[in-house]
Amino acid sequence: MIRQIEGSRAVAEAVALCRPEVICAYPISPQTHIVEGLGELVKSGTLAPCEFINVESEFAAMSVAIGASAAGARAYTATASQGLLFMAEAVYNASGLGLPIVMTVANRAIGAPINIWNDHSDSMSQRDCGWIQLFAAHNQEALDLHIQAFRLAEELSMPVMVCMDGFILTHAFEQVDMPAQAQVDAFLPPYEPRQLLDVDEPVSIGAMVGPEAFMEVRYLAHAKQLQALQRIPQLAEEFQRCFGRNTCGLLRGYHLADADTVVVALGSVLGTLRETVDELRRDGRRIGVLGITSFRPFPLAAVREALQGAQRVVVLEKSFSVGLGGVVSTDVRLALSGLSLRGCTVVAGLGGRAITRASLTRMLLEALADKLPPLSFLDLDWRIVNRQLEREAQMRRSGPTAENLLRDVGTVASKVN
Amino acid sequence: MSQPVKFYQTGTFTVGNRLLAPEQRSVQASTERANALNSGHRACQGCGEALGARYAVDAALRASGGKLIAANATGCLEVFSTPYPETSWQLPWIHSLFGNAAAVGTGIAAALKVKALKGGRSGVRVIAQGGDGGTTDIGFGCLSGMFERNDDVLYICYDNQGYMNTGVQRSSATPPAARTATTMAVGDAPGAAFGQGKKLPLIAMAHEIPYVATATVAELHDLEAKVEKAMGLHGARYLHVLVPCPLGWGAASRDTIALARLARECGLFPVFEAEHGEVSSVTRIRHRVPVDEYLRAQKRFAHLYGSPGQPEMIARIQAQADRNIRRFGLLEDGSV
Repeated sequence: MIRQIEGSRAVAEAVALCRPEVICAYPISPQTHIVEGLGELVKSGTLAPCEFINVESEFAAMSVAIGASAAGARAYTATASQGLLFMAEAVYNASGLGLPIVMTVANRAIGAPINIWNDHSDSMSQRDCGWIQLFAAHNQEALDLHIQAFRLAEELSMPVMVCMDGFILTHAFEQVDMPAQAQVDAFLPPYEPRQLLDVDEPVSIGAMVGPEAFMEVRYLAHAKQLQALQRIPQLAEEFQRCFGRNTCGLLRGYHLADADTVVVALGSVLGTLRETVDELRRDGRRIGVLGITSFRPFPLAAVREALQGAQRVVVLEKSFSVGLGGVVSTDVRLALSGLSLRGCTVVAGLGGRAITRASLTRMLLEALADKLPPLSFLDLDWRIVNRQLEREAQMRRSGPTAENLLRDVGTVASKVN
Repeated sequence: MSQPVKFYQTGTFTVGNRLLAPEQRSVQASTERANALNSGHRACQGCGEALGARYAVDAALRASGGKLIAANATGCLEVFSTPYPETSWQLPWIHSLFGNAAAVGTGIAAALKVKALKGGRSGVRVIAQGGDGGTTDIGFGCLSGMFERNDDVLYICYDNQGYMNTGVQRSSATPPAARTATTMAVGDAPGAAFGQGKKLPLIAMAHEIPYVATATVAELHDLEAKVEKAMGLHGARYLHVLVPCPLGWGAASRDTIALARLARECGLFPVFEAEHGEVSSVTRIRHRVPVDEYLRAQKRFAHLYGSPGQPEMIARIQAQADRNIRRFGLLEDGSV
């Protein structure tokens, strides 16, 4: 059914269609509307039987999900930012134990300075945790990926994180096609656990593993991610047959066939990029876009295949490895190992800084002219950066950095060029 | 025949079983016991936690008709019971993390509830267990959350008053003056500081949960009876068991039971039950002893004795015991 609803509501309803049996809720912006929606569906009896548990922290949220999943329930939670970091120990534990929990991450910056707006720092910080990470480009895809996430997680017995841009997607009212319960039931069979806390067949789960087998257990987690590389495109095809929508699997290319310059990105910025690229192509510039849906497993071969015809690759990322540069770029470089390409990392949109078509156009024209440096920061305000550096050079007690910069900016309005 | 048999006359509780009617005997007296924590585990000789866990879990298994799942915090109990690929646990058991056993228990209970509603097996019960570090410190947030939501989990804390698994460091259950690796017996105020630490049974009571009880491994019948009582109730329940640690306390392995008894008899470890936030029963002290008798038997308090010794510290500890006796009415005649 076509509906015009908030992204969070769309995800809540899609998750409910997947018949989760235990949902753990802890509020954190911009994820909160999702669990609020689910709480209403459970309390009203629309989603039943299902236990909706208001926990006391994100660490507890993931821990309750771990217990529920190990006891055979389909378990779901959602978080963002500080919440994801607060539950990090349990996030690793869930994947280490091979429990197919599905979690939405409403991507948001990590403090300090505290910031509630969107970037990808939170989920990128957990890129090595063993979870599958899928990034949604728009709300329909967020909805569709959740349905596939439960199927994928349970088939592989590995947890899946569905990442969607905080506010930009979670709070955007967009048109979505909400599937019917029967469609979802046909696509997603009931959960059959590989391991179960069962009084009829008692097992111990979570034993200490020493040097004799630890590496093998970790490798098997990697082997599951490699299986996911095969299953994600297959499930996308099956999803298309069942629901009539293409969710593209691992990657989505846009005008790649003739592109000599390709911009690589994840998430909602892909929409802005397409429009920017459309405009540049009207001027005869051969430029394309590669959107990465599956960040973990990272589709090295598919990325290489998609980019090997290009001369320039620009990785536009909403994450930043302080002291190095890009996070996604590192993986893209690995995919391009041995190929001779001009590669640039553009860090953009941190803490919700708007990524506008004007800025993207300016940046891409620089890239096309081979004037873009290897690492750059889109719309960085050098004026306030340099003023702070001067301040620090001049006096020892220069004070708290963020507050100095805010004073220099002189306004609390978000920065839009 | 006119005089009722009193267990303490025999000096041991093992003998006591034979004096009881079969239905009153310990779960451990029966060949039908579950042996939930089977032999072959790696606990130290004289480990109070291994003893307490075996009695508690077997009693819980009997009370639940064998339908029991356990969540376990990281710690001695987890490490010594599951050296890969061996496990001592004869019931479904999961270890996730140090600080989340209560929350994992909540998740299991939630899953079981939904499964029962969907026509699956019903009546499966959940316990979560950990040491004092995993309970009073790192797991405290999850435990308090489980309590306040009144989730259907029995949480059992085996309190040996320190982080023994990591090499005897201080926890918030370490008593004042005790030497640990992080409260060294040096300086003007050797050992753990006075005026710190938390009394978790009292904090549990503040949540007004259906049942809170304390027990020791010196009174194993009492421990079993409390587990059985707890299993007869639903909602959040808390059992705090004092389990001496020969290694951490610097005591002989053979003295585990004696030390647990002395802790109770001197008043330092009050044994009581509470329902919905109110004390409902108290185990009276039978032969009151000065704390000195309890402290002297443990090397972790050795710095209190000898020359010059710390008589003021001993007096302060005695004052704590006296306060417990007043507060809980631990003497038979109600005196203080």
